[in-house]
Amino acid sequence: MSTLYLLIPLAAILVIIAIGLFLWSIKSGQFEDMEGPGFRILMDDDEDMIPDDAKVKKKDSDKKKADDD
Amino acid sequence: MSDNTQKSCFHCGLPVPQGSHYHVDIKGEDRDMCCHGCQAVAQAIVDGGMESFYDHREGPSRRPEDLIPEQLEKFDLYDQEKLQQNFVDVDESNVKTASLILEGITCAACVWLNERHIKALPGVLEFQVNYSTHRARVRWDDSQLQLSDILKAISAIGYIAHPFDTSRQEEVYKKERKLALRRLAVAGLGAMQVMMLAAALYAMDYDVGVDEGMRDFFRWISMFLATPVIFYSAKTFFVTAWRDIKSRQLGMDVPVALAIGGAYSASVYTTIFGGPDVYFDSVCMFAFFLLSSRFLEMGARHRAGQAAEELIRLLPAVATRIRDGNEDIVAIDELSPGDVLLVKPGETVPIDGHVIEGVSSVDESLLTGESMPCVKNTGDELTGGSVNIESPLTMEVDRVGEDTVVSGIVRLLDRAQMEKPSIARLADRVAAWFVFAILLIAAAVAYWWWQHDPAHAFAITLSVLVVTCPCALSLATPVAITAATGSLTKTGLVTTRGHALETLAKATHFVFDKTGTLTQGRLHLADVKTFNGMSKEQALQLAALLESRSEHPVAMVLNKAADQQAAMTIDSLISTPGKGVEAVIEGEVYRIGNLPFVSELAGNLEGFEIHKTVTSVAMCRGNQWLAVFELEDEIREQAAAVINELKHSGIKVALLSGDAKEAVSNTAVQLGIDEYLHAQTPEQKLEYIRQLQADGGVVAMVGDGVNDAPVLSGADVSFAMGSGTQLAHASADMVLLSEQLDHLVTGVTMARKTLAIIKQNLGWAIGYNLLALPLAASGMIAPWMAALGMSSSSLVVVVNALRLRKK
Repeated sequence: MSTLYLLIPLAAILVIIAIGLFLWSIKSGQFEDMEGPGFRILMDDDEDMIPDDAKVKKKDSDKKKADDD
Repeated sequence: MSDNTQKSCFHCGLPVPQGSHYHVDIKGEDRDMCCHGCQAVAQAIVDGGMESFYDHREGPSRRPEDLIPEQLEKFDLYDQEKLQQNFVDVDESNVKTASLILEGITCAACVWLNERHIKALPGVLEFQVNYSTHRARVRWDDSQLQLSDILKAISAIGYIAHPFDTSRQEEVYKKERKLALRRLAVAGLGAMQVMMLAAALYAMDYDVGVDEGMRDFFRWISMFLATPVIFYSAKTFFVTAWRDIKSRQLGMDVPVALAIGGAYSASVYTTIFGGPDVYFDSVCMFAFFLLSSRFLEMGARHRAGQAAEELIRLLPAVATRIRDGNEDIVAIDELSPGDVLLVKPGETVPIDGHVIEGVSSVDESLLTGESMPCVKNTGDELTGGSVNIESPLTMEVDRVGEDTVVSGIVRLLDRAQMEKPSIARLADRVAAWFVFAILLIAAAVAYWWWQHDPAHAFAITLSVLVVTCPCALSLATPVAITAATGSLTKTGLVTTRGHALETLAKATHFVFDKTGTLTQGRLHLADVKTFNGMSKEQALQLAALLESRSEHPVAMVLNKAADQQAAMTIDSLISTPGKGVEAVIEGEVYRIGNLPFVSELAGNLEGFEIHKTVTSVAMCRGNQWLAVFELEDEIREQAAAVINELKHSGIKVALLSGDAKEAVSNTAVQLGIDEYLHAQTPEQKLEYIRQLQADGGVVAMVGDGVNDAPVLSGADVSFAMGSGTQLAHASADMVLLSEQLDHLVTGVTMARKTLAIIKQNLGWAIGYNLLALPLAASGMIAPWMAALGMSSSSLVVVVNALRLRKK
């Protein structure tokens, strides 16, 4: 049980570090735009990395979908 | 898809006019475009290798305005040092930073497109778009490119950017937001840690084997963690509470400060001198939840404020001043009454004044809601923010700065927002009294037990505080509203303020704006009457030819309605602002324009009845009448049905419009609206609504324009049309994105259902509290039982509210 006397203050120190990190991230403007970054990850420019044969397939499926409509 | 549907523009989604030849090859497929502007923008996007924008965007883009070279030249003005002082920071030798307002951002893909496009420019060091606020920050090397190059590059892909002065509002908001976030972070992390320790402390109450030293150690650590939460995060409650007390009011913050302060001091006392219980966990949690809700509230308030700042952007930053016969470009701030300005066609009138030379049509729709441009002669008033359409005007400045009409609307809006929701304020007051009552009861219970059984007094008081914790009570409303808002959003009716549904359920009056709300907000060709053997097609083709050089809205409609222009050559053409166009074609004189203008040449038209409710455009060749075109603003399809249904559900309907008498009364009669007022200014509209409210009515307002913004804010609950101005969106409680008026009825039905659920929830929560309170006060409920009861009571409330989600 006596180990708690060490662990609890350690936890408190971790909280202080966490608060410090949080305050730093606020200061550096990471909370200014809460919506954009979530979408940004979807917009990667992977168009060139898709192999050509895969591209053709995608188009076909698009067309098929359009035909179904 | 069948072949006879009209094709729509791949870029902006508007119908492609027949016989159009604009198209762009996107990802190997030939896409139709409706106009030159869309084609240019789409081509720029493809050339920049950013085609995947079209895969990611969520809806059609805004139709780019055809920027004429003169407007592009205007961007060059932003390169002047004198003008840049207001909004550009220069750090090292050549690196400059500016903030821009971006117009036309509709989805995250737009952000991506802008960032990629602008970052690729040589000399741009940094370009970041904030999706939430539609603001961008750009840093560039002034030796490599100018600010105007950046603005032009943005307009090339179909968006519009203006630099703006951040010091006025943006920086204040940023500071406020950062402070609130810091407080929230400290409170949140502190509360989590203290609650963890509290769980151990509760357990110790039931475990006799734990020594007192360990318990006290836990308490000291809790106190250490809770102290910054109280003195940093919760400071704001103490400050406002003190201000309230000094001004002899009882705001929500007074009992809050009392509860936090009291519980904290008692816990500190217990920690130092010993005693049964500490409440550091409750205090931190309370502070954290309150700060969270205030933070969300602040976000909504800021959005409204930002929109108001965009309204000031309606006015250009510079004007052309004429002094001693010389034209020079000056910043608006430098103007003073008496200055003489030149306003070219296509330019926005920069400031309030009157015409001293020239005649032209001026589009004031943004400010007054009047759908047709009005003719301005020498001596007529000009309002800043309206757009000059036809020919140059020379004006004298009458009012500057705070005295202008636009500034007036901004002020009106601010005031309306402050005076806002009486029902929302009532809820605040009730909550304040509720908390106050809890505190009183808790104090009384504590006092009684202190007298009779001091050993259990703290535990029992704690039970009372926990059991009456207005959790279920405070959840009752928001959960129901969240569920209802969710399902309404799916139909295209977006709720932007929490109280909207509650208020809507109680609405007794619906007040509509006309232009853009009950009507489509744009002219269309209703009828063509032809004379002397002309066919309708011929008449339209000829009209399109005559009007081909005009920017007047009427000309645009006629141009669109004609499948092609008549194949004749114009020898000469004179355009008379406010009247029409006279042209010589193959040796014959043609006129197109308003009836008096054409009658001058062709003589009176006998046996023809002029409808006052429509805009008539006449055309003649010499003394021969050729055609009369009737244009009107089309009423939205479902309008009549919606008004009928609203009336059936016991709601009174009224129409307020800035438009002229005939147009308003005609619309009202067609739709079966008995009460209507015409030529209303924003002040009069607001006054009308205040009058209804004073008589006990709960007013719902539906509108779309800048002129409606103060009224939307002043109404108990308000709707903005999805196509309406941003400012209208920000002032409204709900936005009708679907543009389907019948969703208003869905909204009312849903709101009423929601209110019923809220009442059930409140009934349950209050009933539970009334039952549990005496049990807790009499010491029959242990703190853990109280916590369990409270949680399950909250659960019942949530499950009940979720019924609104079905369907």
